[in-house]
Amino acid sequence: MATVANATIAPTRRETERSLAAAAAALVAFVIVAPFVLYPVFLMKALCFALFACAFNLLLGYVGLLSFGHALYFGWAGYLAAHAAKVWGLPPELAVLAGTATGTTLGLIAGVVAIRRQGIYFAMITLALAQMMYLVALRAPMTGGEDGIQAVPRGRLFGIFDLSNEMTMYAFVVVVVLAAFFLIYRIINSPFGEVLKAIRENEQRTISLGYKTDDYKLIAFVLSATLAGLAGSVKALVFQLASLTDVHWTMSGEVVLMTLVGGLGTIFGPIVGAFLIVAMENYLAPFGQWVLVIQGAVFVICVLAFRRGIVGELAARLRVRL
Amino acid sequence: MFEVFGVPSQALFGQLLLGLINGSFYALLSLGLAVIFGMLNIINFTHGAQYMMGAFAAFMLVHYLGIGYWPALVIVPIVIGVTGVIIERLFLRRLHKLDHLYGLILTFGLALIIEGLFRNYYGTSGQPYGVPESLQGGRNLGFMFLPNYRAWVIAFSLAVCLGTWFAIERTRLGSYLRAATENPALVRAFGINVPRMVTLTYGFGVGLAGLAGVMAAPIYNVSPQMGSDIIIVVFAVVVIGGMGSIMGAIITGFALGIVEGLTKVFFPEASNTVIFMIMILVLLVRPAGLFGRIA
Repeated sequence: MATVANATIAPTRRETERSLAAAAAALVAFVIVAPFVLYPVFLMKALCFALFACAFNLLLGYVGLLSFGHALYFGWAGYLAAHAAKVWGLPPELAVLAGTATGTTLGLIAGVVAIRRQGIYFAMITLALAQMMYLVALRAPMTGGEDGIQAVPRGRLFGIFDLSNEMTMYAFVVVVVLAAFFLIYRIINSPFGEVLKAIRENEQRTISLGYKTDDYKLIAFVLSATLAGLAGSVKALVFQLASLTDVHWTMSGEVVLMTLVGGLGTIFGPIVGAFLIVAMENYLAPFGQWVLVIQGAVFVICVLAFRRGIVGELAARLRVRL
Repeated sequence: MFEVFGVPSQALFGQLLLGLINGSFYALLSLGLAVIFGMLNIINFTHGAQYMMGAFAAFMLVHYLGIGYWPALVIVPIVIGVTGVIIERLFLRRLHKLDHLYGLILTFGLALIIEGLFRNYYGTSGQPYGVPESLQGGRNLGFMFLPNYRAWVIAFSLAVCLGTWFAIERTRLGSYLRAATENPALVRAFGINVPRMVTLTYGFGVGLAGLAGVMAAPIYNVSPQMGSDIIIVVFAVVVIGGMGSIMGAIITGFALGIVEGLTKVFFPEASNTVIFMIMILVLLVRPAGLFGRIA
């Protein structure tokens, strides 16, 4: 009996902290060593998507809201950041800030509309809003239509660091993304985060406890959109490009896939998922349309047999929280 | 020829007709989504892909087997319906006890697989599909020219929609269906095979999508991405109408098609976003949707 009971006992706070610290240390070690082994551009792309997926996971994994239109904030933030850097000639830190603020603004508008409905409708509404803004991007003169905004200058960070150097750019991406990860971790473990999790588990009961759940959902939505915007802005600088791909619904689907593969509602899952999916797309690029088929198949397998995702499964095996 | 608000009648009624055509497809597809959602509690993301499969099946029948439009109108919905039954048995059945969101994600994955496979074999460019001979040509109504095939699409889809409404709201089988939507356990206790009904409902809803695909084939290009283009608009239609009512889905579908057509005449820039804007307005004013009940 004792062993059975042991298996069901949740890890203590100290155990959790220890396992999270170990995972965080592994992550930091990885990002320091990786650029000497792997291509920095690949790593930067994966890191941007990891942040995007973490932002998305904040909403789906911790509030239980499935946004099927997160490409809206990711892509449009990229457009604004690229526009700010190229046309307005802003330095990179301000360009990224402009992009991130775009994510916040769009998130606030979309959030006010979308949280009026729950569950499945919420997903459809966010998807429809994102599609609307995709169609706008297709036509608007600012976005450059099919060409996108190309040759975006990376510029000099704070007027000192030249970001056209690949390693300097990499360091910038690492600092931004790790800081954002830490912020997300703090949000999840704050009293505010506890209320979010309560909404995920039982919204009616949370309301009866006196919480205005709509306000909490809106704030979480805006935070998630902001962080997605940050990821999109940084990505635009890395690739010196903002294009329609990043606002298309397939991008919204991709971030769902990354989060699902890595592990819904885990802290490190979306990071692992993002690296995996980005790597998969790199290797499968020569196979053209098969990427779509394989992505679809991964979705189906994950939903049917692997709902905890990689990190979720690992955490369950090791009986820790990751 | 006369003018309405400075727009020549030919252009106005031409766009109105196009709007009604689009509306027919919105109605057929959102009807299928509503029927499926009622029984399975799943938003069928594969619906667009199944509509595309319907169009491709019609194309393949004529291309490889020389079977024309009229037989296709019967064969294709059955074939697509059967693939739906297989999908329900293989995949959707396993999601019964899970959060609705997993159903959406799974059917999204299936849609990607289907679209990817068709893109592999047919590329992204469209395949042509001719208007059946008996419906070629058209007639001049004085204020506009009405192609026969388009008139047929509107009339036939209206008939199918009303037929479905009648079957669900006014027949014995339909009453079982509605009862099973409300309380499956109780209906089972009366000796009705609810799981089989769920399977057949999914097959039927998907068959409707296949039928819409066949009807769309002569109007739009038959291309792998035709499904994903329309399904998101149909989602907006469903949000506007609310999925609680069959008649609501039909009326909303046709009405939004007309609104879209009119927008094309008066504000062409907004024509492809107008449905989404209406969705936003409806959500702000009447969050449950025009015909919906707060769930």
